Amino acid sequence: MNIDSTSPINVRFAGLGGTGVIKASDIFADVVFRLGHTVKKAEVHGMSQRGGSVQSDIRFGPEVHSPMIPEGACDFLVVLESSQVDVVRGGLRPGGVLLTPADIDLAKLPTAKALNVAMLGRLSRCFDFPEQSWQDSLRANFPEKLHTANGKAFALGRGA
Amino acid sequence: MHPSQDSSGRLLLSGNEAVALSALHCGVALGTGYPGTPSTEILEGFDALGGRAQWAPNEKVAAEVALGAAFARARVICTMKHVGLNVAADVLFTMTYSGVEGGYVLIVADDPGMASSQNEQDSRRYAEAAAAPMFEPADSQDAYDLLRTAFEVSERWHIPVLFRMTTRVCHSKSPVTPRFPLGVAPAETGAPAPEFVRNIAGRVMVPGHAKPAHRRLRAKLADLQAWNEAQGPNRIERRNAALGVITSGISYHHVREAAPDASVLKLGLSHPLPMKTIREFAASVERCVVVEENDPWLATACRAAGLAVEAKDDSIFRFGELNVDRVRRILARDSGPEPVPPRGRPPELCAGCPHRSSFEVLKELDCIVSGDIGCYTLAALPPIAAMDMMIDMGAAVGMGLGLRHVLPREQAKRVVSVIGDSTFLHGGLPGLVEMAYNPPATGHVLVILDNGTTAMTGQQEHPGTGRKLDGAATYQVSYEDMARAAGVKNVIVLNPVREKARFKELLSEALRKDELTVFIARSPCILAAGRIVAWQKERQAQEAAAAAEQGSCACGQDCACAGGADESNPVLNSPHEH
Repeated sequence: MNIDSTSPINVRFAGLGGTGVIKASDIFADVVFRLGHTVKKAEVHGMSQRGGSVQSDIRFGPEVHSPMIPEGACDFLVVLESSQVDVVRGGLRPGGVLLTPADIDLAKLPTAKALNVAMLGRLSRCFDFPEQSWQDSLRANFPEKLHTANGKAFALGRGA
Repeated sequence: MHPSQDSSGRLLLSGNEAVALSALHCGVALGTGYPGTPSTEILEGFDALGGRAQWAPNEKVAAEVALGAAFARARVICTMKHVGLNVAADVLFTMTYSGVEGGYVLIVADDPGMASSQNEQDSRRYAEAAAAPMFEPADSQDAYDLLRTAFEVSERWHIPVLFRMTTRVCHSKSPVTPRFPLGVAPAETGAPAPEFVRNIAGRVMVPGHAKPAHRRLRAKLADLQAWNEAQGPNRIERRNAALGVITSGISYHHVREAAPDASVLKLGLSHPLPMKTIREFAASVERCVVVEENDPWLATACRAAGLAVEAKDDSIFRFGELNVDRVRRILARDSGPEPVPPRGRPPELCAGCPHRSSFEVLKELDCIVSGDIGCYTLAALPPIAAMDMMIDMGAAVGMGLGLRHVLPREQAKRVVSVIGDSTFLHGGLPGLVEMAYNPPATGHVLVILDNGTTAMTGQQEHPGTGRKLDGAATYQVSYEDMARAAGVKNVIVLNPVREKARFKELLSEALRKDELTVFIARSPCILAAGRIVAWQKERQAQEAAAAAEQGSCACGQDCACAGGADESNPVLNSPHEH
């Protein structure tokens, strides 16, 4: 992915409340921000723990204005809940990358909760960021007892 | 608060986090407010950074506590969502007359598009109506910087100021370069030391004092307007002169993306408006468009000043929040139908939520339910669909009484008011007093759903939880004692989940009687239950230890009982009944 272009890279995480959408987007924003990019992130909180649809937008690049991704302009769409794929698919630009739970060998997930981390691993293949950046942000955003399971989930997605 | 930090010291902060950090760096002595999406994380963040933050029972009390502190020359912030300002409006409209000694910033978070609100009222109208200065940050850095300017203005003109955020400013994250490192409370903030200054004519707003105070207020605003013209936090960005846009808040960023070549006047202090600056800007461009969310407040003000500005088509764009695509349409004068976003899954009550059980009982008894604001409002949606009205915080009680007063007897007997614990303390208490003062001929039934937390906004503490904002133990009010003290004859405490059959039986009986009954349906929010149980055990252990020392039970009264907790309510129980 060429991130030197003047228009920002648009990455949207989508799913249902409680599926780790906000957490995954926080980690991704952290990775990108620590690498020195200008990042903006937009989401709507409030009802997100009540099982409804949740989306989080991350935009990064040399210059970012609105924190919200325009209609049909997602370069990457990461969907954490299969039932939501058709609901949110329209947000993807032509040629954009759609990642869904079908991209992960779910039988090999250490826990079902770690799907968001596995999806981050899958997403990591699309960027030329050092793997250590992802590992650092994962560790910074989860309690230590989850680090082993998360390491496995990330490796599963990344195909390490 | 552990935000991302890059190698140059920039922090990735939400607008709410940026305000919290700025409050610390400005030497704010006290932050108070009432939880409300999207404002809630400001005080939580301020507390996490080491600031002194507390929840009040409602926004009016919060605004009054803040006012007292500001009279004592302290710097204060008071936070609330837009509808909270309705509750605090009584304070607002007269504290602009009295003015303040210390800086007073009332942060109000509007919710264009109603992501989590019952209306999309526009707080800019309050600034004009109450004659309060109003700042409008556009992003996190702006929020961090403008809060300091807001304190400078508040202290220089001795006037409380409004700081209007919106959902996208509150909850979007963007980089912030702070003046001081994260977590550092600077030694020199410029905040004055609190002290009492007697000023009876300036603080006691009887007519004889308020008449000159009103004139002083208008003179302050005129002076502030001149300052705003000359050096206010507004910015003109000269680009192509073919198109100029006047805007503020998050709309500024949508405009920059939708029309990168346009000249822009970005307003940071939007009341009192710098109309001379606006006039000059409008004259400097061939086409001038006002881009604002919700009400045409700015466009109307410009047109009243005789400026030929273009405005959005309010038959379409007054509704909902703006975004880059909508701003493109506004600028293209495109009033065609907008694409309809796909419908996602709506939120619903959590699996295992105690409110489910309560509303199943109400539905089985075919009650007419006067409801209120909280997670339980979701019970109005299918498949439960067992709430008939919801308007504002506390309204369940009054609306239920009104229905009882006028409905035919057989319908009146089915009316039940249902309200959550935090909402009851916020706005339901005067309704409880009204219930006993003007009882309907058929009596009335009030159900307080006590799940032990302010669940909707993310599990905040309140006076009924016995915990302060920071989790420290404090006095825990008793709904049952308050109901009895107000004059309600029948007060019943039960667990609506474990005692569902009993709840149905007793509610049915209460509806048959022409008497007043208050139920306290007590069962913890499942998201907060773990924490509530842990604190309850801690409290019981402390009370038992104190009791052992004094040789009596832990009920806190002079009695001969055995003490201990009510075993039928191992969670959220209060000291046993006498």
